[in-house]
Amino acid sequence: MRRVLFLTPLILFLGLAVYLGFGLTRDARIVPSALIDQPVPEFALPPLLESGKGLATADLKGRVALVNVFASWCVPCRAEHPIWIQFAKDQKAPLYGINWKDKRETATRWLKELGNPYTGIGFDGDNRAGIEWGVYGAPETYIVDREGRIRYKHIGPIFAETMSGTIIPLIRELEGEK
Amino acid sequence: MRARLSPILFAATIAAFAVTALAVEPGEVLKDPALEARARTLSSEIRCLVCQNQSIDESDADLARDMRRLVRERLAAGDSDQEIRDYLIKRYGDFVMLRPPVKRSTWLLWFGPILVLLGAAAVMIVYFRSRRRTSATAALADDERSRLDALLAEDDDAS
Repeated sequence: MRRVLFLTPLILFLGLAVYLGFGLTRDARIVPSALIDQPVPEFALPPLLESGKGLATADLKGRVALVNVFASWCVPCRAEHPIWIQFAKDQKAPLYGINWKDKRETATRWLKELGNPYTGIGFDGDNRAGIEWGVYGAPETYIVDREGRIRYKHIGPIFAETMSGTIIPLIRELEGEK
Repeated sequence: MRARLSPILFAATIAAFAVTALAVEPGEVLKDPALEARARTLSSEIRCLVCQNQSIDESDADLARDMRRLVRERLAAGDSDQEIRDYLIKRYGDFVMLRPPVKRSTWLLWFGPILVLLGAAAVMIVYFRSRRRTSATAALADDERSRLDALLAEDDDAS
């Protein structure tokens, strides 16, 4: 009994060390979204492209849809772009874009160069809609269900693994919901 | 005169820079000083999500500037400080506040240190009490007493 008591501080210390050690393995830059399971915020953005569609709250109701926040100045956005081109080709779900803190000319040129996978692109040059969505960097990707609720948020670029392992299964699951 | 003035001038320049070495740009400042003061206080409580240990008042990040603008616009529109805090928390979560709110999930965070302190104090009180009790009850046995006396007597002789 005495020996156990003697070891108590060591045991307490080890417990704390393991707990805090796990805390260190989490990426502190990733801030969980406060908007999960919340309805899409009220917003309406003008189209980026003269010939294209814009994006507003009402567009995100009725079908499971993806919203991708991108900018031409954002290097990871360029890196993930081929995934979206493929995604649009496969027609898994409508993909909308929010062109975030960008300039019209450079964004238009960027899309001309890399291809345009988006069903509609809202131009958010001054980050007003971005703040409504709780965006704090690009790229970010949201999955919105039929009811127009945000169900998932991915921070950072999406590559093949996340696409086939998380995004596609979740779209299927949400499409199965009534 | 010139020589005496320059240190003062130097100090004044440093002081001026110390005041203006903030992220808030001149164009952002509100005309109403009372509103601007509220904006400054509020901004110093809000975390910049890009450079996470700076407030939006201190941060030069682009996103921090957008959030400062939002705070000022809402203040000018007549929102209360709490309404602005709630607006940001709703979109960015509690993390956007540098000081976490006191609620059930943060009770351990806020009151944990006090609990640890009280616990440690309790352990110490119990420990010292039990030690005093054992020392009070352990009287010397007869042979120990006589040996001690002998040793003390020896010491007296030596001196």
